[in-house]
Amino acid sequence: MLEIKDLHAKVDGKEILKGLTLSVGAGEVHAIMGPNGSGKSTLSYVLAGRAGYEITGGSITYKGEDLTTMSPDQRASKGVFLAMQYPVEIPGVTTLTFLKTALNAQRRARGEKEVDAVGVLRLVREKAAAMKVSEEMLKRALNVGFSGGEKKRLEILQMALFQPALAVLDETDSGLDIDALKLVAEGVNALRAPDRAMLVITHYQRLLDYIVPDRVHVLSAGRIIKEGGKELAHELEAKGYEQIIKDAA
Amino acid sequence: MAAIETREKVAELGDKYKYGFVTDIEMERAPKGLSEDTVKYISAKKNEPGWMLEWRLGAFARWKEMREPNWARVHYPKIDYQDAYYYAAPKNTPKKQSLDEVDPKLLETYKKLGIPLHEQMALAGVAVDAVFDSVSVATTFKDKLNEAGVIFCAISEAIRDHSELVKKYLGSVVPVSDNFFATLNSAVFSDGTFVYVPKGVRCPMELSTYFRINANNTGQFERTLIIADEGAYVSYLEGCTAPKRDENQLHAAVVELIALEGAEIKYSTVQNWYPGDENGLGGIYNFVTKRGDCRGARSKISWTQVETGSAITWKYPSVILRGDDTVGEFYSIAIANHFQQADTGTKMIHLGKNTKSRIISKGISAGKAQNTYRGLVSVHPKAEKARNYTQCDSLLIGGECGAHTVPYIEARNPTARIEHEATTSKIAEDQLFYCLQRGIPQDEAVSLIVNGFCKEVLQQLPMEFAVEAQKLVSISLEGSVG
Ligand SMILES: Nc1ncnc2c1ncn2[C@@H]1O[C@H](COP(=O)(O)OP(=O)(O)OP(=O)(O)O)[C@@H](O)[C@H]1O
Ligand SMILES: [Mg+2]
Repeated sequence: MLEIKDLHAKVDGKEILKGLTLSVGAGEVHAIMGPNGSGKSTLSYVLAGRAGYEITGGSITYKGEDLTTMSPDQRASKGVFLAMQYPVEIPGVTTLTFLKTALNAQRRARGEKEVDAVGVLRLVREKAAAMKVSEEMLKRALNVGFSGGEKKRLEILQMALFQPALAVLDETDSGLDIDALKLVAEGVNALRAPDRAMLVITHYQRLLDYIVPDRVHVLSAGRIIKEGGKELAHELEAKGYEQIIKDAA
Repeated sequence: MAAIETREKVAELGDKYKYGFVTDIEMERAPKGLSEDTVKYISAKKNEPGWMLEWRLGAFARWKEMREPNWARVHYPKIDYQDAYYYAAPKNTPKKQSLDEVDPKLLETYKKLGIPLHEQMALAGVAVDAVFDSVSVATTFKDKLNEAGVIFCAISEAIRDHSELVKKYLGSVVPVSDNFFATLNSAVFSDGTFVYVPKGVRCPMELSTYFRINANNTGQFERTLIIADEGAYVSYLEGCTAPKRDENQLHAAVVELIALEGAEIKYSTVQNWYPGDENGLGGIYNFVTKRGDCRGARSKISWTQVETGSAITWKYPSVILRGDDTVGEFYSIAIANHFQQADTGTKMIHLGKNTKSRIISKGISAGKAQNTYRGLVSVHPKAEKARNYTQCDSLLIGGECGAHTVPYIEARNPTARIEHEATTSKIAEDQLFYCLQRGIPQDEAVSLIVNGFCKEVLQQLPMEFAVEAQKLVSISLEGSVG
C-alpha cells in the first residue's frame, strides 16, 4: 500500500527527514512513536503533500504510484487522509458545509456522482452519532471554538465519512479524555479493513491498548531507528526514548 | 434560477469575464461632448417638463465651476468629459411595450446575463425594471404593485406622471451641488428608477433592477429615487453587469433614499461591472453617490453591497440619521483583484437622539489590487446617546495587494458610544492546506474561505441573490492563489 524509501525532506531549508524507510501493507495498522521534534508530523505533511515540505531524496510509492507528483487534493481524492495534530479553524464556514464540499470534491475528482444535501446530511449524521458529535456542532463554523477533544473527534468523523485507503493519524489521542479515547479507538478499529492501511502517530502506549498495531516504528532525528511488534510499545513505555535510542545506536 | 443560468454562461463564454459581449442593437445617441445643448437634448428626448430642464441646467452651471475630487486612494488617467456620449438609447423603442414587443436581441442579452425575465420572475416573486443603457424598456409586475399602491417605474416616467413627488424629493438627500460626480449626474442623468411606497404599505415583493452599460463610450448616469412613506417597507435590489471594452467607461450614479416616520428601506447591490483585464486595461470607472435619509423618527435604512467589479470604485453609501431613534446599517463586501482599485465605505451622520448605526465591512484584496475602507461616523451635538458599532475586516490574498482602513470619527456629544474594530488577515496557509487535504481544490478552497469571511454580509442579502453573490465572489477570485 505504502512504500517509503530513503526519504529525505526539508522544511525552510532545514533537513528534517534524513533517510526514512517504511513500508505498510494493505490491511495493516502501524504505529509511529518518537520524541518531540523527531519528524513525525513532518512525515505526515510530506505524505499529504503540504506546500513548503520539499522532498530532497528517496521515494514514496502509494498503491504502486509515485505519490510525490500528485497535488494534495489529488492525494485526498485517491484516498490519502491525514487526521491532523492541530485541526484548523475556518470562520464562517459551517462544519456541515465543509464536509459536503470536501466529500463532493473528492467524488467529483474520482468521477463519481455528487451527493445532494439530504444525502450528505444522512451520511454525516450516521458518522456523527458514533463519534458523539452533536447536531449543534455540525452547524457551527468548522473547528471554531471547538474543544481540543471535539476537534479530534471531528477528524475521525471525517475519516469515517471519506473512507480513505491510507489514513495517517497524527497524535489523535492527545487531548482526549478516557471516554473519548475509547470512542476514537472504536472509530478507528471499525475502519480496519483488508484494503485499508493506517499509520498511527502517538506518544502513548495507552492508545495502542485499544488500537492494536501490527508493527511499531521508532522515529528519531528523521529516521526509523527501531522496529518491532506491538510489544515494542511496552518496551518504550518502560525504558523511555533515551534508552531505546542509545540501544539502537 | 439566475445563478444557475449565469454559471452556465461562464462555461459557455469561457472568457475570464463572463459578461464580455456587446449586443448589436441600433443606438440613438446625443452628439459627443457636454454642453448646455447636450443637457437640452437629453431633456427633450425624455419629453421632460420645463422645471426639470431648469433643474438640469442649474446643475450643469454649477458643475462647470467644480473640480474633480482627488482625495480617494484611486489613480486613473484624466477623464476627458468632452470625449464621451451622454445619451444613448436603443432606437425604435416605443414607450411602454409589453415583453413580446421587446427587441429579441435585447431579450437575448438578458438571457446571457442570466436574468430570468419571464415566468421565472413570477415564481421568484421579483419585479424587474430592466434598464438597458439609458431607457427603461421592460417593466413587469406593474399590476400587482399598483394594487398595493406602490409606484415602481422609470424615473423619466415619474418625472412626467408623478411630478409632485419627484419635485418634492429629488435632490433633497443628495443636493445638486453635493459633489462633482453627483452634480454631473444631476445635469445629464439619463434614466433610472423611481419607487414610492405609500403610508403603511409593506411592498409585496422585492423590487429589482438590472443595469447594463451597453453603448460604446457612453457614460452612464443613473438616477434612483426611493421614498418609503410613514410606516412603509421596501426592499430593493440592484444588480449590474457590463460588456467588455477597452476604453474606460464612466459611471456616475446617484441614489437617494427617503424613509419617513417608522419606515424601512433595505437597499442591496450586487455590482459586477467589467473590472479591466489582468493587466489593468479597460474597466468601468464607478463614481457613485448613494445616500439615505432617515427623515422620520424610528425609521431605518440598510445598505448591503457586494462590489466585485469595476476598475475603480468610489462609493460611500451613507445614512443621515435625522429622526430620533433611527437606525442606519451598512454591510459591505468589496473585492479587488488584479489592478482594481476600490475606495469605499460609508458615512453615518447622527443628528437625532438615540440613533444607532452599524457598519460591517469586509474587504478582500488579491493580485496587485488596492482596497480602501473609508468611513465616517459623525455624532452631532444634539444626538444624545448615539451608538455606532464598526467592524472592518480585511483579507489579503498574495503579497502584492494592499488593504487600507481610514476611519474618521467625530463625536460632538459626550454621551455618544462609538466602537471600532478592525482586523487584517491573510488566507492562512494552514487553512488552505486543511481544505486541500480534504480533497477541495485550490480555487474552491479560496472561495470557501472567502465566503466564510464574508458570511455576515452575505446573510443580509435576500436568498436568491446571496447564492449569486457567493458565485461572484468565487469567480472574481479565481486563480488568485498561485
Ligand atoms: N518551518 C520550519 N522551519 C524550521 N524547522 C521546522 C519547521 N517546521 C518544523 N520544524 C522542525 O522540524 C522538527 C520536526 O518537527 P515535527 O513537527 O515533525 O516533530 P514531531 O515529531 O511531530 O514532534 P511532536 O511530538 O512535538 O509533535 C522540529 O525540530 C521542528 O522544530
Ligand atoms: Mg507532531
